[in-house]
Amino acid sequence: MAAPRFTTDHEWVRLDGDLATVGISDYAQSQLGDVVYVELPEIGRRVEQGKEIAVVESVKAASDVYAPVSGEVVAVNTALAEDPAKVNADPMGEGWFLQLRLADPAELDGLMDEAAYRRFIEEQA
Amino acid sequence: MPAEHPALKRTPLYPLHRALGARMVAFAGYEMPVHYPAGILAEHLHTRSRAGLFDVSHMGQLRLGGADAGAALERLVPGDICGLPPLRVRYTLLLNEAGGIVDDLTVTRLDAQNLFLVVNAATAEADFDHLRARIDPKIAIERLADRALLALQGPLAAAVLARLAPEAVGLAFMGALEMPLAGQECLVTRSGYTGEDGFEISVPAKGAAALAERLLAEPDVAPAGLGARDSLRLEAGLCLYGQDIDATITPVEADLSWTIAARRRRTGGFPGEAVVLDQLAHGTRRKRVGIRPEGRAPARAGTPILDTDGVRIGQVTSGGFGPSLGAPIAMGYVEAAHAAAGSAVLLEVRGTARPGRVVPLPFVPHRYRRQPPARSAGGDGPAVG
Repeated sequence: MAAPRFTTDHEWVRLDGDLATVGISDYAQSQLGDVVYVELPEIGRRVEQGKEIAVVESVKAASDVYAPVSGEVVAVNTALAEDPAKVNADPMGEGWFLQLRLADPAELDGLMDEAAYRRFIEEQA
Repeated sequence: MPAEHPALKRTPLYPLHRALGARMVAFAGYEMPVHYPAGILAEHLHTRSRAGLFDVSHMGQLRLGGADAGAALERLVPGDICGLPPLRVRYTLLLNEAGGIVDDLTVTRLDAQNLFLVVNAATAEADFDHLRARIDPKIAIERLADRALLALQGPLAAAVLARLAPEAVGLAFMGALEMPLAGQECLVTRSGYTGEDGFEISVPAKGAAALAERLLAEPDVAPAGLGARDSLRLEAGLCLYGQDIDATITPVEADLSWTIAARRRRTGGFPGEAVVLDQLAHGTRRKRVGIRPEGRAPARAGTPILDTDGVRIGQVTSGGFGPSLGAPIAMGYVEAAHAAAGSAVLLEVRGTARPGRVVPLPFVPHRYRRQPPARSAGGDGPAVG
């Protein structure tokens, strides 16, 4: 499995063949606080890069999650329905949101690697 | 965002919030802690099980002084202020000529001449002008800008405060007492905005941080931010001004008729009296209710409320997740025909109509420490002591 890449909206995407697993970054979950609800898309939905694909809700507020790459939804993390706190506990692992079948691998080139993303967060702070 | 806001005001506890690692946000012109490192859920649950300490110094503190200050204030509110005994607190509402709510506030009678008011932060300036424009110039109205306000809330609040001042234990719900705390002359009321037993402490600004640190040194006390304050008050079914009540909503619509004193219903003499008395007699078209959404998706403020046929009947004014219930909760206004507990409704969240049900408020039972009324007959007598 390839190293994760990150968006400026704080999603991560990790490629395995043509399957792209998507979630939100540790920084994102720490900014949101306790996650109490995640709304995930239907299997089969097609989404373009940068468009809304999920909603994550903390005690305080609801936030949109954007597709880091274009593709078709092939799986969602149904465990989040019962235990949305997984997003806080393990955002890059058990707290994954969904899996896309990648439409255009070139889109990944525009995303940040982990080092670049870390610098991006520091600049934001 | 953690960035500095030079235009925002800060409370005397600002350095303490920073030292505690709070996440600060802009709220009503102040830079306030929304939560500390523990997070909203933990702060909320700690307040329900032990005691939370809140900085509410952004709220406006006022003194009204002069002969007949109570009668003067009664011309602007529907509560019984003349009959408020010394060292008792009353929740009341400033009304406009249409019966709309200009602000909600607490009034504490200090003595025959002096009233102590706590008003909302966002409305404090406007309230001062509202009062000054309408109250006899012979009555002094003073903004107590040199005072901070702390709230110590939760089932262990009384035990904690008793370690600093044993007399705190003798206070009953909505009672007030001046007492020294950590060397500061404080005005303590047994009141709050969480549904729990607890205290609000008006303290001189210069001593506020020392008092807060003294309280936080108690192992049962944890700091809690505005985020937990909001989820606690929502579970307790309490209104947030500017969100659940405003100048277009009357006390009867807001299910706050209990604040309209029996004597005031007979004699009137408050703004919007005709509208309010008519609504008390004949009902209103809309009413504030509690709603439990099914499932886990919160229905936030602004969510349209529909009947089971999909016809719009109202709107959510406060909604989120109730940490004590582990489920979403909401309050809002619906047409009177749908206001009965048990009524089925639909909540339109992101374009999807999701089922919910009207429920009685509060969502979490209040645990105020009421005392039996004084043995002498008659209403809300002095219950301090």
